Amino acid sequence: MAEAATQMKVSDEIAITITKMNKWYGSFHVLRDIDLVVNRGERIVICGPSGSGKSTLIRCINALEEHQQGSIEVDGTLLSSDLKNIDKIRSEVGMCFQHFNLFPHLTILENCTLAPIWVRKTPKKEAEETAMHFLEKVKIPDQANKYPGQLSGGQQQRVAIARSLCMRPRIMLFDEPTSALDPEMIKEVLDTMIELAEEGMTMLCVTHEMGFARQVANRVIFMDAGQIVEQNEPEAFFNNPQSPRTQLFLSQILGH
Amino acid sequence: MSDIHANSVAFVRKTEIPPAPPPYAATGPVKWLRENLFATPANSLLTIAALYVIWLILSGALPWIANGIWTTSSLTECRQALDGVAGACFSVLTERWNQLLFGFQYPSEFYWRPTLALVLLFVAAAPVLFFDLPRKLLVFTAVYPFIAFWLIWGGTILTPILALAGVIAGALVYQRLVTGSFAYGFFGGIIAAFIVWTVGGWIIPAGASDSAMLTAVPSRDLGGFMLNMMLGVTCVTLSVPIGIALALGRQSSMPLIKMICVVFIEFIRGVPLITLLFVASVMLAYFFPPESTLDLFLRVVIMITMFSSAYIAEVIRGGLAALPKGQYEAADSLGLDYPQAMRLIILPQALKISIPGIVNIAVGLFKDTTLVSVIGMFDIVGMIRGPILASTEWNGVYWELLGFASVLFFIVCYGISQYSQWLERRLATDHR
Repeated sequence: MAEAATQMKVSDEIAITITKMNKWYGSFHVLRDIDLVVNRGERIVICGPSGSGKSTLIRCINALEEHQQGSIEVDGTLLSSDLKNIDKIRSEVGMCFQHFNLFPHLTILENCTLAPIWVRKTPKKEAEETAMHFLEKVKIPDQANKYPGQLSGGQQQRVAIARSLCMRPRIMLFDEPTSALDPEMIKEVLDTMIELAEEGMTMLCVTHEMGFARQVANRVIFMDAGQIVEQNEPEAFFNNPQSPRTQLFLSQILGH
Repeated sequence: MSDIHANSVAFVRKTEIPPAPPPYAATGPVKWLRENLFATPANSLLTIAALYVIWLILSGALPWIANGIWTTSSLTECRQALDGVAGACFSVLTERWNQLLFGFQYPSEFYWRPTLALVLLFVAAAPVLFFDLPRKLLVFTAVYPFIAFWLIWGGTILTPILALAGVIAGALVYQRLVTGSFAYGFFGGIIAAFIVWTVGGWIIPAGASDSAMLTAVPSRDLGGFMLNMMLGVTCVTLSVPIGIALALGRQSSMPLIKMICVVFIEFIRGVPLITLLFVASVMLAYFFPPESTLDLFLRVVIMITMFSSAYIAEVIRGGLAALPKGQYEAADSLGLDYPQAMRLIILPQALKISIPGIVNIAVGLFKDTTLVSVIGMFDIVGMIRGPILASTEWNGVYWELLGFASVLFFIVCYGISQYSQWLERRLATDHR
């Protein structure tokens, strides 16, 4: 498994730079002095106890959450309050949510073609071809004309991945993509994500799937109380954690 | 198998039990009667009591309707014809049919004009109500208000054409400017429309309406159920988009817009409709220069629209609040901008949730149009209370007239309600 991870190449090109980023919810200091540089092709798994700010961190990257201090630069575009910049970054950065957030009033195919048609101004036919291509990739082309409510959770999450891919994003963010799924369905979603990683997609993934982290990630970040506590390559991270907080966390989630 | 079971708890089924039909007493009408009407002694008593009440009502009403007289020309003649037998004087309906439908001042030779407008209304509404119909029909829907205006009010055809030209100019300017910013497009469009209307107003010759193809009919001559229909249709169509705008405005992150919407909604909801109608009929005249006479019909439309749009805004706000936050986030994360996210993702779902509430308000609004009788307009209730009941021929015929008005309103409102239920079923994609 480890060989698979090393085979995937990471370029020197920088995809995301986060410098001295701070965020508060009201007076609650939720992210503290975050510094993070992500290279193109890197696959980063972010873990940590709940409330540690991991979801908030990746939601700041596509401006679903506003940060109050510091800077975030995505693909050379500085994230500011300018709506044009935000929309540009969002169309370059795909995101998958814990609860899939498919649009229930649209069919699977329409879910996938909506953004390319309206944001990228792709002709409908071309957008549908792209959508079918990615639906085949996540192995559910036969569900294209159903509604999200007719699909299982795992299928819905794979549609959500395909929907993001249809925008041809350069970076993918995953916010606990398997947390709302039955154990049986987790595998099908993880397989899709592994496949995506093998193709060299830059990925930031908040997850508790440590097996996935070992197999796919080339960096694991541990967060607690709004700070990055430790980051390392997966082998070193799991086998030889340095911080006592990380050791405690790992012993608790790997212990059973 | 049982001996195996006796020896151990382990059990493997080897044969499938075939499905069997239920016993006779558990199916059919007998079961239904027993379960629903005569389940317990108290239940049976209630059933019998209810049947007795139904019999009382029908035994009174049915002969009254069946003995009804349809052909006399006054109440006294009708009473003579009935000769002491209980019966209805439906002849008031046949004799005053046109007055009930069109009011007493609309020229009878032009009755075909509002009738045609009503028929065309169904054609115009069809593509909006049934979205499986070809989208090209919407072109007719767009020009229908101007056709209907011309048919009902008559006068020179230049007026509706000018109004249409103003709307088209506004739409073109909006399309041109909206790429820059929504506010530019919105206000630019409104300004362009007003410029066209003002300039056009100078161009139309003063006496154009006198020699028009359709003779002009002033607003005060409108009446009867036609007036209710006109007010109802106009106000509902106007108040839904305004209500949506108010609901979105109330959620806006811009404090000024949010405040304007909140104040408007709270103020209008806190005032009785009848007060607003009195303001429309009496007070508004004080605020305008004496020579500008804003048409009474228009004033009433403005007031009722404001009233119902405030209510619709609150219903839609409920729908917006019912959507999970994830839908907004998913739309944002795909890079859709605010108008796209609203139009493609949020509103289709929020409006679907709001359908029962919106229909509730539309039905209520349609019935509330009868309140205009209080400010001296002769809608169907105004006609009944005024010219018909006050006449020497029909003084005292309450049941037949008000019953007829109820039937007309019931048909329309029940139709709206059935449509909304069909729409909810048609839009159901959640497969719960």
